[in-house]
Amino acid sequence: MKILTLVRQVPDAEARIKIQGQTVDLDGTTVVIDGMDEYGVEEALRLREGGAQVEEIIALAIGPKRNEDALRTALAMGVDRAIHIETDARYDAVSLSAMVAQVAQQEGAGLILVGGQEADWDSQALGAATAERLGWPQLTWTNELKVEGDTLSGRHDVDDGNESFRASLPAVVTTQQGLNEPRYPTLPNIMKAKKKELRKDDPASYPSQSAVRLVGAEIQTRARRNHMIDGKDPQAAAAELLNLLRNEAKVLA
Amino acid sequence: MILIVAEHSGGSLAKSTLEMVTAARASGREGPVTLLVLGQGIGAVAKEAAAVADQVLVADLPALATYNAELWAAAAAQIAQEGEANTVIIGGSRSGREFAPRVAVKLGAPYLEDAISLSSEGAALRAQRYTYLARVTETVEAEGPVVVVSVKPGSFQAAAPAAQAGEEYDVELELPAPRVEITGRSVEKSSRVALTEADVIVTGGRGVGSPENFAAYVEGFADAIGAGVGATRAVVDAGWRPYAEQVGQTGKTVQPGAYIALGVSGAVQHLSGMGKSKNIIAINKDAEAPIFKVADYGIVGDLNQIVPALIEAAKK
Ligand SMILES: Cc1cc2nc3c(=O)[nH]c(=O)nc-3n(C[C@H](O)[C@H](O)[C@H](O)COP(=O)(O)OP(=O)(O)OC[C@H]3O[C@@H](n4cnc5c(N)ncnc54)[C@H](O)[C@@H]3O)c2cc1C
Repeated sequence: MKILTLVRQVPDAEARIKIQGQTVDLDGTTVVIDGMDEYGVEEALRLREGGAQVEEIIALAIGPKRNEDALRTALAMGVDRAIHIETDARYDAVSLSAMVAQVAQQEGAGLILVGGQEADWDSQALGAATAERLGWPQLTWTNELKVEGDTLSGRHDVDDGNESFRASLPAVVTTQQGLNEPRYPTLPNIMKAKKKELRKDDPASYPSQSAVRLVGAEIQTRARRNHMIDGKDPQAAAAELLNLLRNEAKVLA
Repeated sequence: MILIVAEHSGGSLAKSTLEMVTAARASGREGPVTLLVLGQGIGAVAKEAAAVADQVLVADLPALATYNAELWAAAAAQIAQEGEANTVIIGGSRSGREFAPRVAVKLGAPYLEDAISLSSEGAALRAQRYTYLARVTETVEAEGPVVVVSVKPGSFQAAAPAAQAGEEYDVELELPAPRVEITGRSVEKSSRVALTEADVIVTGGRGVGSPENFAAYVEGFADAIGAGVGATRAVVDAGWRPYAEQVGQTGKTVQPGAYIALGVSGAVQHLSGMGKSKNIIAINKDAEAPIFKVADYGIVGDLNQIVPALIEAAKK
């Protein structure tokens, strides 16, 4: 089986986000491999280390040049090779899934790992949309995964708890916290990764167009009251807070 | 028509469904607001649905007894096609955001995910949504014979019953065989109001100190004021609380009338799940804790002393 693992390079959670024109401008912003995608890379490696029949692990990024760094991180963690479809075009997740599905078919992937919710576009759609395009089942929000022969099993979160599941490969799995603890690339592996293939593919070979237009973006900061109460006298502080919640904010009866 | 896939559980309609009805009416899209109710033994749910929608389509089938992404997607896409829906609205729950993209692909339709507002701009359907861990609000739009939308829970008012109940119709579906086999389920039941439906939430962070303190302070205070209970990831990772209570990027998104954070630092990943709450109240001993930057009311102090005083005062 070949595993395709998707990666994006996103702003660090603590980084300041700025808007330029009508869109988010990442110039000068610290960017890192999306933590959710890192779980996917790590899981692919662990499946192989755990004895699953894994022929090859391929990392795929679609997007601007900065995604190269996410691919290098994945290579240094241990994936075998990387593909970068470099494009500055903006895609929505459903349009992007057409490109991912095409790569998966060309590469003969049997398992696709995707982050459960990407930290840049806050979308959960890529995994499911890719699965539908390929006619594969999907398991989302997975926090435990096993592959035996052609059978995938594990556990994932649902609306009101969690489920254990079984499905046949090929399939799409979206990852989340708890699935594993991603490893840090070691220096020897970083050196080795430099020799691994990072193929650049022409976006024109993957015809897809975003069906969703960006109209604008803004950082909305809501004015907060910031009414601070000193807690030195607990009884007085408690009484004051309850009074404010009842009579000023009117959120308690 | 505007097709809404109803969310329901335990034999009654979820508040999110009433919110979707409001979203449908706000969208400026044409046609009757139609609720599709999928499940088994859902007569009562269909009745509730009829009270708020122009019409209700009911698929009461054993195969639909539990939610399944592929079946739900097939059902929604089939009905959207047969009814020539111009808009398909799906809940922004975990399951909704899981099957909505499949519906979009099946219909060859654009997908506006996790909308917090909806309006029509000419032929286009326009939505706002949060991005970058909810730090940015983007406005996006799409057009086409049909557009699929998921709606973020808590973003619209719940619709009130209409003057006249809508008609109910049974529908027939051609469903695929499910390919994912569910071998076990663990439902995290809580006697409290569901997090995404609660109007007041009390959340405990690591600062609460222990699972015992969590029960005494967070649950104790929540019970005293009739609130839902939330937790930070640190607390869930420590095994003090079930994952179902986690609020944040990798947990639930909530926007209650009041969000009361006890011993919570206010990390971005946590803020992304609760930062849009109408009122934020924080109790933290560290005056520099980031949670205070977003708080409407804050007490700087030791929660071991303040929360018992709060519980006592609230019970009066
Ligand atoms: C990919 C990713 C996803 C994540 N997703 C989530 C998520 O969904 N939800 C989430 O919550 N986090 C998430 N996190 C983790 C997040 O970054 C923080 O680590 C976490 O929110 C911290 O939890 P906390 O505030 O309870 O604990 P801490 O950061 O340890 O803060 C405890 C606070 O309690 C205060 N305190 C201590 N003792 C007292 C006392 N006696 N009285 C009053 N105050 C006291 C302290 O001053 C401190 O501010 C995620 C992280 C990553 C990397």
